[in-house]
Amino acid sequence: MMRSTIDYSYDGSYVGLMTVIFEIYKGKQSPRSITSEGRLTNDLFTQYQFVPTEERQATRVLKALRKKMTTVGMANLFKAYLSEQQGVELQIYQMVRYVFSQKMNVESDFRKPYILLVKQLARKVDREVHRMHAFVRFQKTKDNLFAATIDPDFNVIPLIGTHFEKRYADQKWIIYDVTRQLGLYYDMTDLKTIHLEQAYLTSEKRINRECLSEGEADWEHLWKTYFDATNIKERKNTRLHLQHLPKRYWKFLPEKTF
Amino acid sequence: MNERIFKKLSILADAAKYDVSCASSGSRRKNSTGGLGNASKMGICHSYTEDGRCVSLLKVLMTNYCIYDCAYCVSRKSNDVQRIGFTVREIVDLTIHFYRRNYIEGLFLSSGIFKSADDTNERLIRVAELLRTEQNFHGYIHLKIIPGCSPELIQKAGTYADRLSINLELPTEKSLKKIAPEKNHKSVYQPMNFLKERLVQSKEERKKYRKSPLFAPGGQSTQFVVGASPENDKEILSLASSLYRDQQLRRVYYSGYIPIETDSRIPMIQQPPLVREHRLYQADWLLRFYGFSVDEIVPDQYPDLDTQIDPKLAYALRYFHLFPVDVNTADYEMILKVPGIGLKSAQMIIKTRKFGKLSFAHLKKMGIAMNRAKYFLHLPSTFIRPQYTPKDIKSHILLGNRKPQQQLTLFGNP
Repeated sequence: MMRSTIDYSYDGSYVGLMTVIFEIYKGKQSPRSITSEGRLTNDLFTQYQFVPTEERQATRVLKALRKKMTTVGMANLFKAYLSEQQGVELQIYQMVRYVFSQKMNVESDFRKPYILLVKQLARKVDREVHRMHAFVRFQKTKDNLFAATIDPDFNVIPLIGTHFEKRYADQKWIIYDVTRQLGLYYDMTDLKTIHLEQAYLTSEKRINRECLSEGEADWEHLWKTYFDATNIKERKNTRLHLQHLPKRYWKFLPEKTF
Repeated sequence: MNERIFKKLSILADAAKYDVSCASSGSRRKNSTGGLGNASKMGICHSYTEDGRCVSLLKVLMTNYCIYDCAYCVSRKSNDVQRIGFTVREIVDLTIHFYRRNYIEGLFLSSGIFKSADDTNERLIRVAELLRTEQNFHGYIHLKIIPGCSPELIQKAGTYADRLSINLELPTEKSLKKIAPEKNHKSVYQPMNFLKERLVQSKEERKKYRKSPLFAPGGQSTQFVVGASPENDKEILSLASSLYRDQQLRRVYYSGYIPIETDSRIPMIQQPPLVREHRLYQADWLLRFYGFSVDEIVPDQYPDLDTQIDPKLAYALRYFHLFPVDVNTADYEMILKVPGIGLKSAQMIIKTRKFGKLSFAHLKKMGIAMNRAKYFLHLPSTFIRPQYTPKDIKSHILLGNRKPQQQLTLFGNP
């Protein structure tokens, strides 16, 4: 029996969230809300109970889940978390609770609103990942590094590394999320998470022009030339263009900014 | 940077854009040597033109010099345009530099026929060869095969390219003779059939020895020009269907003819037939992924697709006696035939119904277009179904659908 309802807070990490879920099961106290520390509201009437992150407890929850769900189902939970949607933590908890309460794998019971939501959020995050695979634009710097800044809707940095690592195995590259101030750096051996000094960025959150290698602007210009030449003006369809290439991505695309 | 390269790129990309294929999907090539690039099964559109088409590959002609005089083609011999050509090295460089910046998935190389078919093909293959061997490049390469290409060169092309394509251009020999006098269907089918044999053979070899070399892992495709000749949709779709079945093509592309300049061999049209082209793509999709036959999509008494409504809705209205469908009991194949239910939704329905009954509210929340689907679904017993005729439904849906009908989203992937 769950006794009382509590407003939990955690450090914002996935491990932290799984620790909260462990704590809920241990203390048998059901959550009214689960909120990342960075998002707490200054509400006089809400008393948050902070749960410190414990790797071992989180691992126990994840291990138990793995016995009840497929890899895809597990990944969807993580992706839903990365959507950073307000209140998603509670929905994740509800799904976890339902999964634990049933004998068979119920991750596809989309009649349950929280399971459907997790799936739909995961799909949105997947789409953003796919867009990053497409819309990242590297610029070559003076020290032979290929650097790109991004500003995605969701926190996709933990998901996009492998694609670029496999593809660009023979060049050093950086992809930097300017809003979350979190990036990936690949040095041709390892993939690391990094934080970039503001000095490298312009006020538009692009790589500072002074850092770029000579001739970089020419390549961008050449790409823009190609892009313009492929257009068929008799077929112009702005609605479809915007549907595929929403305006918020334009500032990172040389073909749309020159 | 040399100024001329801008000019070349501008002219030779412009001349290549009427080949509508831009797919980078359907191949698998790993970056096994720690070099540059790979080809992913999904394919990636790196940008979109203002007409909404996917930009996935650097798509250019080697040269627009051409000894042929095909009426639908901007580069035809008799057309007064500036002639120019890339060197092999220039294309290699452009591909690598664009690829390293994540602008493209790879290269789609075609060409005007500057000498014989084989001379032209040899030059295209040389580019692919350099990319693979000298540059250690594993990204996507699509090479155009010029009709009449010799088997030796097709063999060579296949060792470097992910996809090869030979364009049929016009659905019948009669139209081809009239509009593209130097071409004939035999010169297209011969290389196409040879390529098919090689693809089948290579697949067998790789089943036995996983390490045996790749041969055009993205298969082959072709293209028709639509609206430049009198064939109806049934003729086009029947041919496409047989190409999928007999030649095992991965994709057939339909390029709505765009009036380039008056040529007396082609009827004068003001607007490219974009809606018709769109309906053909929708029908093509139904053939490949939804288990429809050509006769179900275009029966003999209606050999052209309805431009007002999509072919799946048209089918459901013609075969109205097969509906309503009960999503809780029907086969997957039948659920797929319900207008408003796509592949993903159908799969979701099958997965979910194991756990219990699905209601209308569930379906709506899953994202199914109930404004269309509702006419074709079994209602819970508490509802009384109004007696709609197919004609009523058509007008209901058309009235409720005031948005413009041009959704040309089917280019490129998968």
